[in-house]
Amino acid sequence: MTQPSSLEKKEPLSVELTEVWKRFPGVVANAGVELSIQRGSIHALLGENGAGKSTLMNILAGVYRPDSGQLKLHGRSHQFRNPSDALSAGVGMVHQEFRLIPSFSVAENVVLGSAPSLIKTGQVEQRVAEMAAKFGLQIDPSQPLWQLSMGERQKVEILKVLWRDAQVLILDEPTTVLTPSEVDDLGEILRRMADDGRSIIFISHKLHEIAGICDHATVLRQGKTVANSLPVADTSQDELARLMVGASPTISTQQSAAVIGKPLLELKNLSAQGDRGMNAFSGINFDIKSGEIVGIAGVAGNGQRELADVIAGLRPSISGEIIMDGADITTKSPNHRFQSGLAYIPEDRLGVGLAPRLSITDNAILRVYRHQRKGPFILGQKALSYCADIIERFGVKATDVNGPIAALSGGNLQRLLVGRELDGKPSVVIASQPTRGLDVQGVKAIQELLINQRDSGAAVMMISEDLDELLAISDRLLVMEGGVLRGEFDPRSASRQEVGMAMLSDAQVRATP
Amino acid sequence: MNEASLIGLLIATVSFGALLYLAALGELIAEKAGVLNLGVEGMMAIGAVTAFIAGVEFQNPWLALLIAMLSGALLASVHGLFTVGLGAEQVVSGLALTILGLGLAAYLGKDYVGLRPGAELVPVEWGPLSELPWVGPIFFSQAPVVYIALFAGIAASLVLSRTRLGLALRAAGESASSTDSAGHSVLGLRLSAVATGGALAGASGAYLTLSITPQWAEGLTAGRGWIAVALVIFGAWRPGRVGWGALLFGGTLALKTRLQTFGVDFSPIILSMLPYVLTLLILLIISVRARKRPSSAPAALGLAYRREER
Ligand SMILES: Nc1ncnc2c1ncn2[C@@H]1O[C@H](COP(=O)(O)OP(=O)(O)O)[C@@H](O)[C@H]1O
Ligand SMILES: [Mg+2]
Repeated sequence: MTQPSSLEKKEPLSVELTEVWKRFPGVVANAGVELSIQRGSIHALLGENGAGKSTLMNILAGVYRPDSGQLKLHGRSHQFRNPSDALSAGVGMVHQEFRLIPSFSVAENVVLGSAPSLIKTGQVEQRVAEMAAKFGLQIDPSQPLWQLSMGERQKVEILKVLWRDAQVLILDEPTTVLTPSEVDDLGEILRRMADDGRSIIFISHKLHEIAGICDHATVLRQGKTVANSLPVADTSQDELARLMVGASPTISTQQSAAVIGKPLLELKNLSAQGDRGMNAFSGINFDIKSGEIVGIAGVAGNGQRELADVIAGLRPSISGEIIMDGADITTKSPNHRFQSGLAYIPEDRLGVGLAPRLSITDNAILRVYRHQRKGPFILGQKALSYCADIIERFGVKATDVNGPIAALSGGNLQRLLVGRELDGKPSVVIASQPTRGLDVQGVKAIQELLINQRDSGAAVMMISEDLDELLAISDRLLVMEGGVLRGEFDPRSASRQEVGMAMLSDAQVRATP
Repeated sequence: MNEASLIGLLIATVSFGALLYLAALGELIAEKAGVLNLGVEGMMAIGAVTAFIAGVEFQNPWLALLIAMLSGALLASVHGLFTVGLGAEQVVSGLALTILGLGLAAYLGKDYVGLRPGAELVPVEWGPLSELPWVGPIFFSQAPVVYIALFAGIAASLVLSRTRLGLALRAAGESASSTDSAGHSVLGLRLSAVATGGALAGASGAYLTLSITPQWAEGLTAGRGWIAVALVIFGAWRPGRVGWGALLFGGTLALKTRLQTFGVDFSPIILSMLPYVLTLLILLIISVRARKRPSSAPAALGLAYRREER
């Protein structure tokens, strides 16, 4: 373990966590973590997906209770029983999944935790506006939250914490939903708060952001602290990357020149609505040929999820056509599409892709139960052997095939889902964020499965928020922003910056009315 | 149809409307906090029988009303304990509550069937206001429960929209995790909303046996609890709109009992179907409309919350 290097000040640390342990069924999320934060600094908490960052911060914010370990704030010991305790002690957290209420106004969301007992709307909005102005957050307190962009919602989350006068602010992966220019804004806002004497914990696994924003960095790997409070200015990004992942590389970069054939999926002028009745995307035109992976890049919430849903038949289109292998499937049922060779790996694994309370076997045969039956009855033995086959071929680690699928870890869930979808030799594969939240091996395995599909002649569409991943495995890269395609790139020659610019181009225009 | 019978119809409309409104308001409060309670019918029956029994035993209508409300709240708390406390399925628990409430009411009331009421809530007289033609008898000579319903509606609407408690309650119904991380007790908010809902359903039942009927018989509630559940959806979870809906349905209930006295020759069986057919129709229209518009239902309605669960 690296020794703390720049903690010579006399002032007590604003946060001190020692020997924190937390186990969940089947995983040790935190295995004796150490963390120390200085007052007035921005501290990066780095680590790969699943390293235990969110768990640790949920403990600091009173959401989870640690199995054991010590928590000190400004030199004093604390034991939080709930988020309310943590808030009173001055710890506020902006969660990775925002905790906002879409039907409430900005002001209502901000004051929810400590509103006056009689609420005079005008007065409350006024005070929220003043607070926002003080920290340079531009926002209209009377606007309903659902109308805001992701970047604006994050400002609301930050305001919530400031409203409670938190001295320790935790931001869990705040940049995943932001465009690059919004990230710069966030950096400035955080610096202002740190200068105001607050301590900020900034969780990320994107190294280039850390360098621009943070003072110190603590690195977690597999639930343990592998580096404590490194000064960011004196540490190279390579060093941080090595600490984060151990030795292995993050991304499989095998590029084989597969034989590109005829178009298997064609989208013609496709448009559809989102959940709120506004256009999610419009005028989408592209095709995917046999032997090709087309990557869809973009900041989350720009219509990618809806696009995947429409192709899979889970959401109606309002205009345009979907042609699969020459046949128009625009109005066909999801099952028809599946039968004609479309595989769908949805973003929401446990909600859309799998049925959490059904057994592993039941989930495995969910798509193909028609072949495992006799009359109206499912043939148990046949279903079991089908499931065992998938488990073996796709490397799912499962102990009890009759237990509920929700007991599997994220990576194994995804292998089962991907295995089930890819089993029938699909001609078109739609994968929405297939590697999100997986560990290094999981990511590699899923990427390889998709690459194999391409090599055996399938047309693959892959949506991801991870630009590096897309650059590494796709043959063509499309950028989606504001519901339209903003550009097409050749991943072999395009630079990260170039593609990044396309992802934000219009967002900037929209942000300055 | 003469003037007297029309006035009679309108009086009954208002009084049935108040009956439905109390129960619907209770359901609205529980649902606003995120708990669907399909046990309204059972809680109403328990309110009705305990009020009647207390009336016979203590001869005090106000005490009887209070006891009915407490019994309703107690029964609702069983639902709260299972669904909010233990995360049980809300629909199942609610249906069980209806069956339990109806059965328990029949059992408790078996010695009181056909007895004369020991206490009644008599209509309030408002002096000269009650003398006014039309308006007087319809609005100013009603039983106190009608005014309690009106007051409860206004109070609920103000509390929900203007106070910290209301904000937190609505938040619990929209997103439990947000409410929790804002430092409110989701458990406390939801349990108290469910109990309040039960108290109002109990009051609604008490109104039947202390004033409208005033008798106890098994099956007295006759599905009105279910209408109250539908009214919440019909009123889009807004106390005001639910109030108008209650009057509308109160009208059909009143019509059902009175149409024959107007000399209209119509099958009484078909007539008694009227409120329920209307309920179905309205639910149908609403669900067709809801496909176009985002729903106004609380987003976390029916969802249990456990802090450390993903
Ligand atoms: N509420 C939970 N229930 C069960 N397992 C969990 C829960 N939260 C996290 N985990 C598991 O704990 C490990 C660490 O997760 P997390 O703290 O979210 O990592 P990070 O935020 O670094 O990506 C993962 O294996 C994850 O699956
Ligand atoms: Mg996390």
